[in-house]
Amino acid sequence: MSKSIDQIFVNAKQWLLTCLGGSPTWVIQVVSSLVNIFALLAVFLTLFALISVLERKILARIQNRYGPNRVGPFGLFQPIADGIKMLIKEDIVPARADKIVHFLAPILIAAAAILALGVIPYGRKMTPFTIDGGILFFFAVGSTTELAVFMAGWGSNNKFSMLGAMRAIAQMISYELPLILTALPVVMVVSSLTPDRIVAAQAGYTFGLVPRWFVFTPWGAAAFILFFISGLVESNRTPFDVPEGESEIVAGHMTEYSGFKYATFFMAEYIGMFAISGLGVTLFLGGWHAPARALEFVPSYVWFFAKLSTLLFVYIWVRGTLPRTRVDQMMNFAWKFMLPMAFTCILAAAVWHYAGRGLRGWLWSLLVIAIVYTALSTLLDTRRKFAPRVYRFAE
Amino acid sequence: MNSGAFILIAIFTLAAALAAATLRKLMHAALSFALAFVGLASSFFLLGAEFVGLALVFVYIGAVAVLIVFTILLTRRDVEKDRGFNWGGVPIAVAVFGGLTWSILKTQSIAIVAPRMPALTVKQIGAALMTSYVWPLQCVGLLLTAALIGALILVIEEKR
Repeated sequence: MSKSIDQIFVNAKQWLLTCLGGSPTWVIQVVSSLVNIFALLAVFLTLFALISVLERKILARIQNRYGPNRVGPFGLFQPIADGIKMLIKEDIVPARADKIVHFLAPILIAAAAILALGVIPYGRKMTPFTIDGGILFFFAVGSTTELAVFMAGWGSNNKFSMLGAMRAIAQMISYELPLILTALPVVMVVSSLTPDRIVAAQAGYTFGLVPRWFVFTPWGAAAFILFFISGLVESNRTPFDVPEGESEIVAGHMTEYSGFKYATFFMAEYIGMFAISGLGVTLFLGGWHAPARALEFVPSYVWFFAKLSTLLFVYIWVRGTLPRTRVDQMMNFAWKFMLPMAFTCILAAAVWHYAGRGLRGWLWSLLVIAIVYTALSTLLDTRRKFAPRVYRFAE
Repeated sequence: MNSGAFILIAIFTLAAALAAATLRKLMHAALSFALAFVGLASSFFLLGAEFVGLALVFVYIGAVAVLIVFTILLTRRDVEKDRGFNWGGVPIAVAVFGGLTWSILKTQSIAIVAPRMPALTVKQIGAALMTSYVWPLQCVGLLLTAALIGALILVIEEKR
């Protein structure tokens, strides 16, 4: 029974394809990919609508407000109202803008974000697009976002847009390095770039209790934290939303966009956030595996989306808690702390592997990470003393 | 099916390359250059060489195109000015075309039917890079590190 519920979507697709029985192979192939694409878009656009209202709700809760509560029950129909508003807004293109580049930028940025979703395994046998180098595909597609952001900034012919694009590209390039380097230890340990294999390698439980997710190893935990921070930066979320810092440069590279084009940017940002979180779940949190043997009757995709929503909640929580960083602080953090720590994770994963992947390896890799972390934090400590803050009001 | 896709990709790539060579605005040319690389990468995908295609997207669109775009942005002030036809480029173009044609005609594989190659996985490429080609790989890594440090030294502020 639980097995058939687990595979219900896979079976539904199989059934749909057998209905096409007599058609030539290429028709079946095209229909099969179209089903995957539509399922992916339907699920993630619904999730986007849901998260846009939930984010406002949670932020409101953090700030002791009510949040949207007028449209529908608990304000749940807010995204529909927002969507209609965005659609009927006037689409303004600046007179001196580069029309083609200005038009193409939001399309390209959304396409890149959606493509990245394709390689993530959402459940048992539920990878929309199986490819040998899936992790590589994810990062390759993600790296085209930089060009799209540049197109948005340059095409708008506006100083704020250009400055925002420059900031965005600077931080994306800086944090892409730790993002990829922290995915590397997992790839090394599994010795495969295929997301399905990485998930399969995290099956089972140590002592029949603790799941074998990579986040429960010292190198995995360190790499996961670094990956999460880099993911925050890559999806331009607070505290790293420097490119669109409203108090400084209006809205960064999105300044000259209005109406549905702005909504497309907004959507791409959220989809990118889902993709990065999904990859984090796949790499470190065991993908669609259940956290305990007794809970394995729950379908695999439920676990995947439970983990994904937990990560998304942390994203929103961080946004409600931390103030924006300065550009120089962020860059220093990337090159002086994140990068050496990412290299340490690779080293610790190698130590873990050669010390036998057991308790001994666990302790040794913990030692490596602890030593480097302590050394880095003493080295980077500016020893600046902070005097107690004095507030001077208008006297 | 396969040859149809190849023709489509070839037309797309050639059109993008032609646009990159002829477009008046340098920024548009740079962006169509990136588009041409998308075409090249998809032809690698069509040939089943996923790794090469992904590396092409990664390096050329993610890094080289951004580099070119920034170079244009930070150096040229007279982007709009028409400089006329540059005859100096003709011998270079002819030489590159001649060299490529000569080397393509010299290769034997196009004369006969392509041999059946086993599909190369990313894992095999990684194993080859880490075992038989580990010294060249390390040398390239050393060279890139030296270049990185050199670039840092060039831009570092002099302390007075």
